[in-house]
Amino acid sequence: MIRPSEPIIIVGAGQAGVRAALALREQGYDGSLLLIGDEPQLPYERPPLSKQVLLGSREPDQCTIGGADLFMEQDIRLLTGVRVERIRREISSIALDDGATLAYSKLLLATGGRVRTVTVQGAGLAGVHYLRTIEDALQLKAQLLPGQRVVVVGGGFIGLEVAASARTLGCSVTVLEAGERLAARALPPQLSEKLLQLHRARGVDVQLQSRIEAFAGTTVVQGVALEDGRNVPCDIIVVGIGIAPNVELAVEAGLAVVNGIRVNHRLQTSDEHIYAVGDVCEFPSALTGRTMRLETWRNAEEQGKHAARTLLGHDENFSALPWFWSDQFDYSLQIAGEPHMAAHCIERPLTDDGLLIFFLNEQQQLVAACGWGRGNSIAKDIKIAEILIKARRTIAHEALADPAIGLKSLLKGTSDA
Amino acid sequence: MSHWIAACAVDDIEQEDVARFDHEGRTFAIYRSPDDAFFATDGVCTHEKVHLADGLVMDHIIECPKHNGRFDYRTGKAQGAPVCVSLKTYTVKVEGDRVWINLD
Repeated sequence: MIRPSEPIIIVGAGQAGVRAALALREQGYDGSLLLIGDEPQLPYERPPLSKQVLLGSREPDQCTIGGADLFMEQDIRLLTGVRVERIRREISSIALDDGATLAYSKLLLATGGRVRTVTVQGAGLAGVHYLRTIEDALQLKAQLLPGQRVVVVGGGFIGLEVAASARTLGCSVTVLEAGERLAARALPPQLSEKLLQLHRARGVDVQLQSRIEAFAGTTVVQGVALEDGRNVPCDIIVVGIGIAPNVELAVEAGLAVVNGIRVNHRLQTSDEHIYAVGDVCEFPSALTGRTMRLETWRNAEEQGKHAARTLLGHDENFSALPWFWSDQFDYSLQIAGEPHMAAHCIERPLTDDGLLIFFLNEQQQLVAACGWGRGNSIAKDIKIAEILIKARRTIAHEALADPAIGLKSLLKGTSDA
Repeated sequence: MSHWIAACAVDDIEQEDVARFDHEGRTFAIYRSPDDAFFATDGVCTHEKVHLADGLVMDHIIECPKHNGRFDYRTGKAQGAPVCVSLKTYTVKVEGDRVWINLD
């Protein structure tokens, strides 16, 4: 392996950036390696923030992706609390907010995203929260006391996970969703309905088709005024309406950016020395070739690992399937593949209110699967579905629909089985 | 000193599959390999503490149900990120139609 004279620099110390750094070492890179994050803490995982951290079952130091020792052992120079101000491609260097300039051999952008904010009247009142960072989670956790009236704006996964946590902590919770069903962008209607039934059964007041007019209050929030004239009194508001990718550095540097930093199959940007991974990048789907941007833990992991290989000169296409999970109370859901490609949809009912939904294209090939069930009961089936999707085999509808036929038996003949 | 406990019946686990066994507040995972041998490890993933018995067994690998953590269940060895801590393994024997594990 040729050791470059300048370091590989990774901008962004979230899941994707950290995984890329660790994977570079696992794959034998022994040159200089620098990981830069703008948050002050050691790098941490975000999925526990809306669940275990809010519920108090996990402390912040239990969310770290390895400790300080790991980065020392791996000889990864970690700069925290530092912001990259500019990329100067013409001299292959970056400028930091402390005035330093650092040269790179290759640059990996893993700058992630930031929460979308509301702009309604009262948006700046005390008691209005967002959840993206560990600081956000700790501030919110301190407010979620029994009896507090919590309004969650947004019926997507983050909003619903916060609603479940707040309800479990004894708060009275209202979810206000502008759309006709929950998590509509990610879920088929059947699973939106399962989510709705579960939340209502656990005492969450879910209000669909509710558009926000303003947040009421003088200094502290006291309620939410809706466009239809209703008012929902509350003590706390949590806004969960998605994230926006942090593309500013890339835009200013003149890299191709559309919905995210555009990369090719190797996760390389329009500058061959600069790569991008995770929430911030827009990449070609392995199934369709269409560009997509994913805000998921698994995508960050897989792209971080893949970028490490391509940074070291391997010419390999990124081929991982989209995959996502969410925990809601004591249920979980998982989605693998791309449901929007489906021409047919097959349901397989499971015991204990569980459900699998398979999505096939016109050639009867499985292109996606969703599962809903208690605990991790559907995890095994979704993993098998992933293998079937990758194998691009045609599968009979009857076999998918029949709970008596083990999915594993359908793997026979697939190359990954 | 050996501490053998009857964990389950042989027929409780299909070939290339895994079952959960709880004993005195501890959780174990019992595996039946494609060639009909039995193995046992601690029952929760070393990364995020989810039950491995909810995961998928392929050949001699158990994959955790949440985060793709993979272990060779014969040795407990972690197979790469995101898991880096290996699983503790236990000796297993089959007597008649019962699977026994040695908790020491």
